[in-house]
Amino acid sequence: MSTSLRNNGAALLSLLAAALLVAGFALAFFWAPEAQGDPAFRIFYLHVPVALTAYAAFGWGGWKALRLLWTRDDRYDLESYVAIHMGVIFGLLTLVTGSVWARYTWGVWWTWDERQLVLFLVLFLFYSAYFMLRFSTPAGPRRARTSAVYALFGVALIPVSFLAIRLAERYIHPVVLTRDPKIESEMLLSFFVCLGGTLALGGALYLVELAGKRADARLRELRELLA
Amino acid sequence: MTAYLSDVAALTRKDLLVELRSRDTVPAMLLFVVGGLVVFHFALAEDSSRLASAGMLWIALLFTALLALVRSFVAERDEAVIDGLLLAPCDRSAIWLGKTLSVVAFLALAELVALPAFALFYEPVTWELVAGVALANIGIAAVGTLLGAMAAAARARELLLPLLFMPLAIPLIVGGVGATLAEDPGRYLGFLALYDLIFAILSWASFEYVVTE
Amino acid sequence: MSTGEKYVAAAYLVLFGTLLLYMALIALKVGRIQRELDELTRTARERAGG
Repeated sequence: MSTSLRNNGAALLSLLAAALLVAGFALAFFWAPEAQGDPAFRIFYLHVPVALTAYAAFGWGGWKALRLLWTRDDRYDLESYVAIHMGVIFGLLTLVTGSVWARYTWGVWWTWDERQLVLFLVLFLFYSAYFMLRFSTPAGPRRARTSAVYALFGVALIPVSFLAIRLAERYIHPVVLTRDPKIESEMLLSFFVCLGGTLALGGALYLVELAGKRADARLRELRELLA
Repeated sequence: MTAYLSDVAALTRKDLLVELRSRDTVPAMLLFVVGGLVVFHFALAEDSSRLASAGMLWIALLFTALLALVRSFVAERDEAVIDGLLLAPCDRSAIWLGKTLSVVAFLALAELVALPAFALFYEPVTWELVAGVALANIGIAAVGTLLGAMAAAARARELLLPLLFMPLAIPLIVGGVGATLAEDPGRYLGFLALYDLIFAILSWASFEYVVTE
Repeated sequence: MSTGEKYVAAAYLVLFGTLLLYMALIALKVGRIQRELDELTRTARERAGG
């Protein structure tokens, strides 16, 4: 019963994501004005919502990790892991779209000037280590708690790294780039629709992945029962 | 409270005594950090700036710390000391604090050699650098001890610890290099203190979850 | 199509491609789950039958 409800959740979120993403991208391309005559600015409507969805996924993974430590209920382990998995996928998308943007704007595929990109690189390293930790520790309550603690460290690391990257700019190169595009209300509205779309997409993927992992676990259980 | 502190003192003393008898870790750290500084001379271009040498010093310190952290849990694990410690009637976080303090002591010993060597080979040591190193030691030991306990449960623990530690060490490197080079080192020292505070509290609170089976 | 527009298209195609890739992974997974279920159903049926 609960599983069928959860599948409905994934289906509902997928529909919502489809509606919001189509609407958001349509608004971004046909309605919102072009910023500073720069056609590549429209990457903004993909890049930033995807980045914020990645943060949301990491935060959600951290919250589930906290619940695990609080209640010692095993199911939060899988939920936290799947949320972080989604966060890493969206983080990779952020890195790739950001890299495309950098290539157009500065003519290089990578720039240390873009704080968000550098932060995502650090987070990508961090969460890759999270996967290494999980894959090299035998499954069980101790792995669940160890991964949960590391996931919580990640949530703390996000603001600390952000601050560190800001501070590092001052001694690596003192020239601070100030780009302050004028945001108009049409752009803002389009952006929020896109953000809702990517959040719904992330949620839908999270639920689908979770359902798949749970089905796997049930199958294993069934196999043991029948053996 | 006093019981807690005396537990911590006993645990720190145990680590220091073990090191005093076996002399496993500190001599290796000293040799490694001095060797690193010598290697960097050949890695740096002829006329590289003092900025580059400060960065190299911090990398050398970070890797030396990793050496100590890997050692500090390998011994506990190999001789099953940690199981005994967990059975002891003391708060689990006292084990973390005791280990952290002993790692700080090892790091300070290594730096007593590393900083004069740096001054001799490269650039004079400023008080900002010393303050930065002292603050960074706390962060390295606090986070590293927790991660060492995490990695101890894994298969390839000597490999895993550096991987877990590196992303968390980036802010420490930023703070340290900034304190060494920037015109306003106060900001960077403050940032290091903030890092120490956040991660020491987190590690202190979560150590129990990581070590219990 | 200007250069800027090409880059925009590339960025959006990355999202599209990732989603399709994810779909392929899910398809593989559903296929595997189906095979395993077939096998388990057969075992269960044999046991119920005799």
